[in-house]
Amino acid sequence: MFILLRGFILSIAIVMLSFPVSAEEVSKGQIKSLDEQVQEIKAETLNLGVQMRLLEEKLLYPSSTQVAVYVSLDNVEKFRLDSIEIQLDGKMVAQHLYTLRELEALQKGGMQRIYVGNISSGEHGLQVLMTGRAKGSSGVRRTEKFKFRKDEGPKILEVRLVDSDDHMITLRD
Amino acid sequence: MARFFVLLASLLFAAPALAAGIANVKGRQYLSDYGDILYYAHQGEWFDAIVLFDAHQERSRGSDGSTTEAFSSQPGHMAGGFELKYRMHQRAERAMKAVIDVTAEDDLRNEALFRLARMNFQNDRPEEALHAVERIRGNLPAAIRSELAFLRANIALTVGRNAEAVAILKDLQSEKGLEGFSSYNLGIALLRAGSEQPGRKYLDRTGRIESDDRAVLAIKDKANLILGEKLLSEGHFKAAKEVLDRVRLSGPFSNRSLLNSGWADASRERFDNALVPWSILAGRKVTESTVQEAMLAVPYAYSRLGVYSTAALKYEAALKAFGGEIARLDASIVSIREGKFLKRLMQEDLHQDAGWIVSLRELPVTPETFYLLDLMASDDFQESLKNYLDLEQLLKKLEVWSGDLASFGDIIRLRQAHYKPLLPVIDREFKRLDAQMRLRSEQRDRIAQQLEAMLTVTRPELMMTADERIMSEQVARLERMMTPRRKKITPRLWHQIRRLRGVLVWNIHAEYDKRFADARKHLRELDHELDVLNRQHRAFARTRQTVTESYEGYDDVIRSLRQRINAAQGNVRALLARQGQVLEIMAVNELTRRRDRLEEFRVKARFALADSYDRAAKTDVQEKGAQ
Repeated sequence: MFILLRGFILSIAIVMLSFPVSAEEVSKGQIKSLDEQVQEIKAETLNLGVQMRLLEEKLLYPSSTQVAVYVSLDNVEKFRLDSIEIQLDGKMVAQHLYTLRELEALQKGGMQRIYVGNISSGEHGLQVLMTGRAKGSSGVRRTEKFKFRKDEGPKILEVRLVDSDDHMITLRD
Repeated sequence: MARFFVLLASLLFAAPALAAGIANVKGRQYLSDYGDILYYAHQGEWFDAIVLFDAHQERSRGSDGSTTEAFSSQPGHMAGGFELKYRMHQRAERAMKAVIDVTAEDDLRNEALFRLARMNFQNDRPEEALHAVERIRGNLPAAIRSELAFLRANIALTVGRNAEAVAILKDLQSEKGLEGFSSYNLGIALLRAGSEQPGRKYLDRTGRIESDDRAVLAIKDKANLILGEKLLSEGHFKAAKEVLDRVRLSGPFSNRSLLNSGWADASRERFDNALVPWSILAGRKVTESTVQEAMLAVPYAYSRLGVYSTAALKYEAALKAFGGEIARLDASIVSIREGKFLKRLMQEDLHQDAGWIVSLRELPVTPETFYLLDLMASDDFQESLKNYLDLEQLLKKLEVWSGDLASFGDIIRLRQAHYKPLLPVIDREFKRLDAQMRLRSEQRDRIAQQLEAMLTVTRPELMMTADERIMSEQVARLERMMTPRRKKITPRLWHQIRRLRGVLVWNIHAEYDKRFADARKHLRELDHELDVLNRQHRAFARTRQTVTESYEGYDDVIRSLRQRINAAQGNVRALLARQGQVLEIMAVNELTRRRDRLEEFRVKARFALADSYDRAAKTDVQEKGAQ
């Protein structure tokens, strides 16, 4: 009886496989061909992305006036970063709330370009406001002010957060 | 491109240490670009990571006039690369082959060949994978030795070289990292090679492994299921039951093993025993095909036990459940054809975690996904779905860039309108100032030359003040006037003139060193001022050039990019439609298959139900007759 019933049930599956269940079927070859075309369009779009980025840099942020601010973490364990706000010469230019994925990326050595813009040569002021949570869930709020000089080439500033009670926010330029 | 892959490994496996290491030797631009790429790579944003990487390499070639340093090769792993992660296998393969061709070190070359072989094997190209592993010779990184051997065995198994696979797998039995997998594969390889008993022995051994590892437990379950089904098909029902009952009740192979365990009992006419696994299974999610089969098997067992009334009730319940599921499948097929399936797949919130495809099934608003889990687990569907999502992402990017190009055009026009009338006036003023600067600069050079010469030959006359020079000229004029009349003027007057000259010369000589030192000091001060002036001059020239560059020379670039973006948008849209259609066909086919299967179950259940009622009635009559 087992053989009969089991055979009946299995035969249903086999019969169904042999019948065309739809007017259309998708073959392995079609899937592969489509995948190859997707790869080709990805390559073309990637190249367009590179050209667009270079054009944007040249057009909007020429090297003579470009300033870029990056955020990084230096093995920070005592607190969890929530947000950062950047002021350039007293004007707020960037603020960011961090997701868990972004924080993980920073903790693994990533650097976030939080702001790119243009400034003139000479002395400038940068103010960084950071909020977060220390271990034990107490809130952390720190502000640091820095001076920097913009010369001929592009200026790159790295706001590096460190495990320190006095100066959590440091600047590398 | 070779560098790209070598870099990737460091990016993903040794990023913090490497970043610290290169911090001392690379420029700020290099480090920030590197960190920026890492930021996106560690979030799995492969498109952005590749664009950033390629843009950095492009800048390093100086195509935009910058002098950024290119990312260089770092010794270490040869990971598949961002492109592999972004599923651009063709490009990744080309890059890997390039690494293989240019790398002289055995370790690096062999690691690249290993990764190429693995990529081909995973992409269902075992012959190419075999070709790659056969090129591996010489030193091998210790970290990949056992992985490579396991890959070789799997390739051999796939291309039918079973004896070779057996030989390799036998050597891997003591590898801790391959526990369960090596013995399972060896069992399969032996069975395929015709060595039945040794093959079963290894499957049995795998099925008895003690471990807490989820992957090992899964392969253990699989070994028991495969061995159990084999024994069942050969009629060794008791042995099959023992093996099938080793499978965990909660693993991915649980349903199938419960169903077969019941059949092992039923085959020995032990229907009361069969009811135990079948009843457990029949209480699980009705969308599973094994559960649906169990819903028929349970009443079948009751009818064989002579409990026809219960069998009839169970058949009725199964009929009701099948009817409900068929209606749901019909609704799902309609929903997919209306495009709702693709829309639901596109919802951003679903893509936040790695198990999002599974979570789709739990959504009550998406009936179309209830039955698709098996399909979704298949490579073809997953690849097609990922391609669809990637194409959607590409389309969004292309739309953004299209808008960006329009904005760039506006910016350029505004800049041109603003600067073009101003520049002629500024240029005229600049030319005048430039001429003055050149003149002063030449004067400075003459003074510098004279002071240099005075280091060896004293020139007091050059050290006179303006007053002294006037006085000297006045004295000289007096001397010239007096000389022809020398005999007529008084000696006292002549003496006074001579004395004046003497005082003048004395003062200059007496203060010569101080004045010379002062002059050199003043020249240095002048140089400082000239430096400031030259900086301003350069800054102006640069700004002037930047102004011109801010609106000139973009027309061709923008036109070309616009054409390419338009073309790409058209291609992506066409591919998106085709890819979406493929997904819908796959989904509809799967649902139709499941629907037809349920329909057949329903027909069977109806017959069985009628039969049960008849038998129940007959039994009733017989019992009454006996009374």
